[in-house]
Amino acid sequence: MSDHTVKSYDDDLANLKQLLAQMGGLAEEQLANAIDAVTKRDIRLADRVIAGDEKIDALEQQIEEKSILTIARRQPMAQDLRQIIVAIRISADLERIGDLAKNTAKRTHAISEQMPRKLVSGLTRMGNLALEQLKNILDAYAQGDADKAIQVWRSDEDIDALYNSIFRELLTYMMEDPRMIGPCTHLLFGTKNMERIGDHTTNIAENIYFLVHGKAITEERPKKDSTSTTNYNLNT
Amino acid sequence: MDASPQRPVATTSPRILAARETKIVASDVNVYYGDKHAIKHLSIDIPDRAVSAFIGPSGCGKSTFLRSINRMNDTIDGCRVTGEILVDGKNIYDRDLDVVQLRARVGMVFQKPNPFPKSIFENVAYGPRIHGIAKSKTDLEEIVVNSLKKASLFEEVKDRLAHPGTGLSGGQQQRLCIARAIAVNPEIILMDEPCSALDPIASARIEELIDEIRQNYCIIIVTHSMQQAARVSQLTAFFHLGDLVEFGDTDDMFTTPKDKRTQDYITGRFG
Repeated sequence: MSDHTVKSYDDDLANLKQLLAQMGGLAEEQLANAIDAVTKRDIRLADRVIAGDEKIDALEQQIEEKSILTIARRQPMAQDLRQIIVAIRISADLERIGDLAKNTAKRTHAISEQMPRKLVSGLTRMGNLALEQLKNILDAYAQGDADKAIQVWRSDEDIDALYNSIFRELLTYMMEDPRMIGPCTHLLFGTKNMERIGDHTTNIAENIYFLVHGKAITEERPKKDSTSTTNYNLNT
Repeated sequence: MDASPQRPVATTSPRILAARETKIVASDVNVYYGDKHAIKHLSIDIPDRAVSAFIGPSGCGKSTFLRSINRMNDTIDGCRVTGEILVDGKNIYDRDLDVVQLRARVGMVFQKPNPFPKSIFENVAYGPRIHGIAKSKTDLEEIVVNSLKKASLFEEVKDRLAHPGTGLSGGQQQRLCIARAIAVNPEIILMDEPCSALDPIASARIEELIDEIRQNYCIIIVTHSMQQAARVSQLTAFFHLGDLVEFGDTDDMFTTPKDKRTQDYITGRFG
């Protein structure tokens, strides 16, 4: 894209994009640490993640303020306007991703030492998939690559499928040993958090597509999360 | 002379054209000022009872085209127009067409308010009188009052209709000029940057006025303010170097323009 006649307008937009990249980097780091903390039951790392969420929140606010100021000052049109609106939306998704990472880290405290390690492996796998999705979508945003965004959007299916199988697995453990219900519930919530993060990355993907093409993705995203209709008969 | 065929224009068939009668059909219009080819092979349909905005950088031909719709260009030496401009199916460049009658049907409002050096009343009464529209004195008074009301100026000037029009503020003068244009019952109103000499509040009043009267007229506005075009019009046409680059529904033009030149212009990237 060629430059604006008014140079400082370019600076405003570049600045916004840079803030968002910074926020994305932080969210990625928080998520990676949260997964690590739960996997290794590292309480100190978990506390660092919990404390670190503030920085993401502050960045979101900063992006919002800059966006409003730029709209007021420049009356942006067409793709400039989309860039700003999309920055606001993506920052909201990143903020939620930060919250979910923090919430997952918090659960490190609740998972007891006695719990078999292999139980956590499902959450770890989910987490790594979600982290991969987040990385890819942030790359797609940085490069303005709508095709890459669509790829991420489609592969959310994999996260949903994995979530279903972990959901069933954890239910089975709980049925076998009621003492596991507490920790397993925390794991279930943690896993659900990762599934939610996957959903936020698809939101971001939709926004990148809108940014590039000026219209919404028309195709239906395959939804594979069936846990809300799964029931388990205890008598079988 | 440029004899190249019509250039492709980026457009999807505008929804506003489907929703309204078409008032003006221009086909392969060329305007020359001596050797300068000011409008190149322009074809466009303009809807009735709606506002169409012409935008583009200075010298792009938008005012030139606007002026060819009521044959104002006839008065310029060395200006030549080819092609067809149909208003209600009738070519306004036909030899047998009465230009005076045409200009009664196609009113115009200019960049700088230009009231006659006469009273407010006379400014509005002049047109209906010379065109023989008013049958009696009371008839004429009624036309003047109604026109001033339509131009939302009446309340401000009703006690001083005999005062000179030039004594009004810039914004009031511009509304007086709109009242003067409306007084002869035109079908089309051409506005050439009607707000560029006005402050924001006076501009807003003109925009409000345009919005109120657009149900009854075919309005074409040339403006340098993209925001104004986006606010007041339903159809937008973007001109560049004598070419009609793109036209379409205003809602699309300012959010998802098709042509890169349009995009660059409306986002402030044009050199």
